[in-house]
Amino acid sequence: MTAPTAPTAAGCAAPDQAAPLPASLDLEKETVITGAVRSEAGDAVAGAYVRLLDSTGEFTAEVVTSPAGQFRFFAAPGTWTLRALSRHGNGDTTVTAARGINEVTVTVAP
Amino acid sequence: MSRDTALVSAEWAEKNIDAPGVVFVEVDEDTSAYDTGHIAGAIKLDWRTDLQDPVRRDFVNKSQFEALLSERGISNDDVVVLYGGNNNWFAAYAYWYFKLYGHRDVKLLDGGRKKWELDARPLVTDAVTRPATQYVAQEPDTSIRAFRDEVVAAIGTKNLVDVRSPDEFAGRLLAPAHLPQEQAQRAGHIPTAISVPWSKAANEDGTFKSDDELRKIYAAAGLDDSLETIAYCRIGERSSHTWFVLQELLGHANVKNYDGSWTEYGSLVGVPVALGDEPGEA
Repeated sequence: MTAPTAPTAAGCAAPDQAAPLPASLDLEKETVITGAVRSEAGDAVAGAYVRLLDSTGEFTAEVVTSPAGQFRFFAAPGTWTLRALSRHGNGDTTVTAARGINEVTVTVAP
Repeated sequence: MSRDTALVSAEWAEKNIDAPGVVFVEVDEDTSAYDTGHIAGAIKLDWRTDLQDPVRRDFVNKSQFEALLSERGISNDDVVVLYGGNNNWFAAYAYWYFKLYGHRDVKLLDGGRKKWELDARPLVTDAVTRPATQYVAQEPDTSIRAFRDEVVAAIGTKNLVDVRSPDEFAGRLLAPAHLPQEQAQRAGHIPTAISVPWSKAANEDGTFKSDDELRKIYAAAGLDDSLETIAYCRIGERSSHTWFVLQELLGHANVKNYDGSWTEYGSLVGVPVALGDEPGEA
């Protein structure tokens, strides 16, 4: 974990995906895309790499899923693709996101 | 520099884990990944607490860098192999940094932590300690570091390469999309900068694309080989990745990384800013 005194605005690395949303977050303004990566059997996939791709397929961000398979992005309203890479296989899902919280599940298969 | 001297594969790394004179270093902004498992024998560097000055906005100076490497047990003659998460962003930043302070032999592990994990190569949690050394750094090589005034002067005269995502370039987002978007600086990009997201240079497993593919990407984006180039992003680590591609893999001369990047430029009073998907006018 990063030190709580560190200036988070300076950072660029992906934060802990299991942490609660910051209390200061304004869900009237933020477009949060969050959910979990699961195997075909429905099990959470921890340590998967989830890539957020824009409507042209261009990379926008990437995070690693938490022990419960969770991921979270702060995007903008619009169409996005979530692509997950893992040792158990890969998969992708498209989402049309609006302001507030958008829940998505990405299933990976060999 | 070239791919043969600047980059090593995961296969090479796994074979050379115990090689004398080779030191693996994991670099991240959040080093909790290292603590859950790292390449055997690798030490860690924390991008924020080890490589940034704790008070001023700048990175550690020559004597701080010497003290850091001496304490971590890296000597001037060691081959330093850097790797990390976030597609090697912070490892590439550290590579640039080792070059800036004149380390003789430094390499980046192609694909970083992601490729290593997806290949299911071994990670260990053993504590790693190395005997202290007496590391001697060179004076910083500012031929690879750009400051704000030369960035403003480069508008319309040099290659400016914005390596952030297209939405950050256009001003639709202020930060990478894994971070909250509320930020102090203005949105947009430096006028005349071309948009070549760092990710164009990498495959989805984090490895770099081939030299031929890389040359085509920057040529198609309008990079003029005859001019000096300044790369920037938000805080200078994604642009280290592109600096590595241009100078260390493709062998371009006169490439600088602007580590102040958008968090500095977007907060400057009175400088020009362009919005939208086009480079804009000088």
